[in-house]
Amino acid sequence: MSDHLQLYEVFIRSRRGLDHKHVGSLHADDPEQALEYARDVYTRRGEGVSIWVVASRDITASQESDCESFYDPLDDKPYRHAAMYELPEGVDSL
Amino acid sequence: MNDNIVALPSEEKFQARIDAEEKIEPKDWMPEKYRQNLIRQISQHAHSEVIGEQPEGNWITRAPTLERKAILLAKVQDEAGHGLYLYSAAETLGITREEMIDRLHKGISKYASIFNYPSLTWADIGAIGWLVDSAAIVNQVSLQNTSYGPYARAMVRICKEESFHQRQGYNIMMVLMQGSEEQRAMAQDSLNRWWWPALMMFGPHDGESAHSAQSMKWKIKRRSNDDLRQQYVDQAVQQAHAIGLEIPDPDLKWNEDRGHYDFGEIDWDEFERVISGDGLCNRQRIAHHIKAHEDGAWVREAMAAYDSKRRARATDVA
Repeated sequence: MSDHLQLYEVFIRSRRGLDHKHVGSLHADDPEQALEYARDVYTRRGEGVSIWVVASRDITASQESDCESFYDPLDDKPYRHAAMYELPEGVDSL
Repeated sequence: MNDNIVALPSEEKFQARIDAEEKIEPKDWMPEKYRQNLIRQISQHAHSEVIGEQPEGNWITRAPTLERKAILLAKVQDEAGHGLYLYSAAETLGITREEMIDRLHKGISKYASIFNYPSLTWADIGAIGWLVDSAAIVNQVSLQNTSYGPYARAMVRICKEESFHQRQGYNIMMVLMQGSEEQRAMAQDSLNRWWWPALMMFGPHDGESAHSAQSMKWKIKRRSNDDLRQQYVDQAVQQAHAIGLEIPDPDLKWNEDRGHYDFGEIDWDEFERVISGDGLCNRQRIAHHIKAHEDGAWVREAMAAYDSKRRARATDVA
């Protein structure tokens, strides 16, 4: 790919108080342009109050194929869940 | 981006947004005092999560079973994660992690005074999980509605993870109370020592709280100290009685008219003494944090050196 039209990932905050959510991607020459394109493409009907654009090449992602070994150390710890601890009669606010 | 272009909105506009229950987000204009107030509160909250690892970490090597040890490790790991969520939320307000740590080390920034009490017995791990984490949850549930977006979102994440903490603590107490006379005495002794410091976690009475009025107006705080403390007492008394523990307060009495428990006065002199640095473990807690920070310096330096080398190599190749 040439230096032009890099891929950008677009994140939108639909309402104040909520996290930005990934909504899709687009091509643009620079971040400013990506932001304007994102506005035109993804918020035509007032979908958001704030947009983030991030060059896709700057994202480091975990690999789906490595899932098993990547998450393995976390899978055998049922004691991390509150449901493992039984409560005595009459206690309901824990 | 548009914030630079649009003329600065007035403080009234800001307050109107808060009154309408809208969240404030990092790039919004905000009064400098709101920013400073939040930095103070969130960084102290973060420090509390991290310093709180010390009294609990004290028992990891001496947990009575392998399972209890694994549970305690998982809990302390969660606390470190909660510290991270909160430091990150504070960083969105324009303060750096280094500045916050520096303020902690210099005693400018405080943390929950309860972590200045020592964890003397295994039952204290039960009492911390049950009483201290429950008190934190009562406070944090109300903070899920705080006006600053990143703080509110950190609270939602933290509350989700906390219920395991209080339950494992309560479970330690329950099992001790089903044990020998000595074990029951150990659990009761622990409750006796942690009860009042836990009540102090909610801070001074409403009329005497230095930051309360403005924080309520800005909806940084959503419920008053006394209000949260009352809810906590009502819950904890029921939980204590259910497993045969006695609350160490001769004035504790159910008040039919109010529909709440009446309880005795907190020793505010002790509260002042501990919060101003003169509790049993204040010096030890900070000294340990400074030591851990300095002992970790070589790791941070090694990572920085590795990063520079990798960048240099990438430039060579290009």
